[in-house]
Amino acid sequence: MNTASFNPYILTLVTFLPTLGAVLLLIFPRRERDIRWFALAISLITFLLSLHLPWHYRNGAEGFQYELDKAWITTPNIHYHVGVDGISLWLVVLTTFLMPICVLASWKSIHDRVKEFFILMLLLETAMIGVFIALDLFLFYFFWEATLIPMALLIGMYGHERRIYAAVKFFLFTMVASVFMLAAIIWLYAKTGSFDFVVIQQMIASGQLTLSSTAALWLFLGFFVAFAVKVPLFPLHTWLPDAHVEAPTAGSILLAGVLLKMGTYGLLRFNLGLFPDEAHRHQPWIMALALIGIIYGALVAMVQPNMKKLIAYSSVSHLGFVVLGIFSFTQLGIDGAVYQMLNHGVSTGALFLLAGQIYDRRHTYEIKDYGGLATHMPVYATFFLVITLSSIGLPLLNGFIGEFLILAGSFQAKAVYGILGATGVIWSAAYMLWLYQRMFYGNVTHEVNATLRDIDGRERTAVWPLAIASVVMGVAPMVWMNAIDAASVRVVEHTGGQVQQIGEVLGTGTPTNHLNQAQPDNASSQPSAEEHGR
Amino acid sequence: MIPSADYIRILPEIVLAIFGMIVMVADPFFDEKSDRHALGVVSAIGLVAALGATFYMAQYPGTAFFNMVRVDAFSVFFHVVAILVSLAAVLMSFEYVERQKIRHGEWYGLILLGTVGMGLMASAIELVMIFIALEISSIATYILAGFRRNAAESSESSLKYFLLGSFATAFFLYGVALMFGATGSTNVDMIGASLRNGAPTMAYLAMALMFVGIGFKVATAPFQVWTPDVYEGAPTPIVALMSSGPKAAAFAVLLRVLFGTQAPGWFWLVWVSAVLSMCLGNLGALVQSNVKRMLAYSSIAHAGYLLVAFAAVRHTDAGISAAMFYAASYAAMNVGAFAVVSHFASLGERYTYIDAYAGLGRRSPILAGLLTLFLLSLIGIPFTGGFFAKFYVFTAALRSELVGLTIIGVINSAVAAYYYLRLIVYMYMREPLTDEPVVPVRFGAGFAMAMCAAATIYLGVLPNRVLGYALESARTLVR
Repeated sequence: MNTASFNPYILTLVTFLPTLGAVLLLIFPRRERDIRWFALAISLITFLLSLHLPWHYRNGAEGFQYELDKAWITTPNIHYHVGVDGISLWLVVLTTFLMPICVLASWKSIHDRVKEFFILMLLLETAMIGVFIALDLFLFYFFWEATLIPMALLIGMYGHERRIYAAVKFFLFTMVASVFMLAAIIWLYAKTGSFDFVVIQQMIASGQLTLSSTAALWLFLGFFVAFAVKVPLFPLHTWLPDAHVEAPTAGSILLAGVLLKMGTYGLLRFNLGLFPDEAHRHQPWIMALALIGIIYGALVAMVQPNMKKLIAYSSVSHLGFVVLGIFSFTQLGIDGAVYQMLNHGVSTGALFLLAGQIYDRRHTYEIKDYGGLATHMPVYATFFLVITLSSIGLPLLNGFIGEFLILAGSFQAKAVYGILGATGVIWSAAYMLWLYQRMFYGNVTHEVNATLRDIDGRERTAVWPLAIASVVMGVAPMVWMNAIDAASVRVVEHTGGQVQQIGEVLGTGTPTNHLNQAQPDNASSQPSAEEHGR
Repeated sequence: MIPSADYIRILPEIVLAIFGMIVMVADPFFDEKSDRHALGVVSAIGLVAALGATFYMAQYPGTAFFNMVRVDAFSVFFHVVAILVSLAAVLMSFEYVERQKIRHGEWYGLILLGTVGMGLMASAIELVMIFIALEISSIATYILAGFRRNAAESSESSLKYFLLGSFATAFFLYGVALMFGATGSTNVDMIGASLRNGAPTMAYLAMALMFVGIGFKVATAPFQVWTPDVYEGAPTPIVALMSSGPKAAAFAVLLRVLFGTQAPGWFWLVWVSAVLSMCLGNLGALVQSNVKRMLAYSSIAHAGYLLVAFAAVRHTDAGISAAMFYAASYAAMNVGAFAVVSHFASLGERYTYIDAYAGLGRRSPILAGLLTLFLLSLIGIPFTGGFFAKFYVFTAALRSELVGLTIIGVINSAVAAYYYLRLIVYMYMREPLTDEPVVPVRFGAGFAMAMCAAATIYLGVLPNRVLGYALESARTLVR
């Protein structure tokens, strides 16, 4: 059978299969073992189905693929319009990839209200995928808000001591910020009569919709605030450490792995996509915030006594890199930013997974309670080392590619961005290796640590895919980069930044052959029409 | 000679009145100790029959009884809302009246007769008729509010509601009188025709006075002070009823009076009232520890959001349809929330404080899940009717360039998330105080909850048809 015939429906299927699973779970008897297996099965099937996306993705093609555009609500004119390009393609796969791992991570650690837990997880999956595939602003907001409830409930119901505080803080931060985005979306609708991303983008780019400078400013900020809270960008990051520390392991993995990416994805897709001129105008202070985030996040991470908090602050730092790459307006920077989103999902997701595994044994995240684990848990120690190195950005592991491209891009934008950003690499090496040293080397300071079992088959099954992904993504980035690069070229053309073929940098041949000669100046005004294929 | 089509145009009211009387009369025939469940069932049948009558009536649009009432899409819409709300209230009463040992006959009879008033409010186009309809529905609720005879707060509720309510209706009547003086008519259409050629000062005053009267009924600031006390003391099914049914009907009246007469000078009145209602309602709700009081303040805030749609005067059809949609989805989610609260409150309404809800997610996952759905809808989370309600209101406001009002509204709805969320937090994230199992939900209340949940989700996923109908009605209203 020709699987390509599923193309228009595959996204809908991947998105709503988890919901179907959640509904089935609702009427499931409360047999915990069956519920776990069922959730695992659903998430695995979803993952396998999502592999259809890169399989049939046409790298050279313009615009969005697997598009489906159906009228949903007539007044206002809301469409169920979904599709992916090279940027969102891999984020969808990342989400479905992390999901079975999360189920495995919660296998034993969740033993109370198991049914509710997996229902929430599956609903969350639908909402997260929906965010990445929505091409209708309204639909996007719909899914964006829909991620909020399950995540807040996951933190609040299954978290640790201060879970309620963390859940409410998470909810309010995101909710309040996204209200501004809603206002901006409605305003755009009132002016254009459409919620369709592609249509609005064309109207703005072609000058059909002229925005006064104040209007453009407020619209830009409306979107920006919502995304900046999610990323989180300094100084809006304060919810993140609380949420991470209190969240159950699976919650942390998804929060770091996917939810934060929704912020950077939003910046890239909407802030750059819709308001390129505004984005340029605000580049200096956003870059400054990103740099502060990189350095501040790293410094704060260094002094954390709690390993989950340390990883959380490292996320602030790493996501600072992503924002740096996005707002460099260079092709390298944006390629790197997208790649770094995936890397961060893999490596930080893995770090939280590993932290959760040791927590299951000792019920503490305090670094000082550990030490000398390498002798007694060799397999665990090895995995942790690989992931640590991937997070630091050791060459041949995934983190290196992303950071390198981002820094190359920011140097092109302005040397000072690159120089300051590069310090982040040093900081991250410092705090991560120090963490590793304190936890795994030296003598066993607590008797009980000498008796810990090494990770078992189920736990290894959860870590292996992440470890393999770290290596493969570090060795063969072009597998991912082909699709990403084609999409980021278009973003760069649209925003009028520098286009440079990635093959020149990574030293591999690439199929991207267009517009090496794009002129930075007029690029922002001319593309769209034939570009977005509508 | 009155043509028979006229009777069809008030058929729902006739059906309701007959059933109301049947229930009242049948009550004494029951043995002192016997189960009077049947009365509730008869009332529910009456309401379903009235619903059928409404759809039948919808095929005979036009005016009746010498231009007293008009059947159009608008009145059909509010008939359906009011009857469904009453139906939900009756269904949840099955269990309630039995548990609280309340006399069945009067209770059901008054609900049905009150619904007659609401129906008439929706279709009346004559100010005196509106006044009478308003009184029919109000007097029923005054009495119903005091039905928990052994509880002092219920009597307080009834008395307070009655005194302030009568005072407010007097304002309305005064407004009607002045309007008659200014235009020489009490018919909404003729007032409209007369005011089109310039409005005398008296018309402004009349408008303001009528606004005070209706403002009281719908609990908008600054006429909202009675709400928390009344809602706290009244029996919960009645709170569910009066915070949605008569309220929706009163909004229908307000829409008819404001847009039907194209009366002058009420824009700022509505604007100020909307802002005050949203702010005072939400701020008040923030500090409540009694769930009924919290929902009372929230209902003030929601009346405020609804008024925002009124202010969208530049695109009246968008504004009116948004207001109508809001009234419908507010009815669904609010009645649903009160249905859960009513069931959970148990004998003598013991458990109405937020502490009692701790760990409800563990004690009764279904009740907690339903209440969560309704609360999320009240917050305005996607996939629920509350979301589209707010969305349409704010879109309408923005299209009329009411940026300031929209911003105030949006900030308010963000603030409101906090107190709804607090209840969800209590239900799921705190440990239960007792392990005592929650009494299982019986058929009636369960059906009412399911009805509200279905409506909430339906309006949140497929709002097309309801909104389309509301738009059509809006066009018949302004023409």
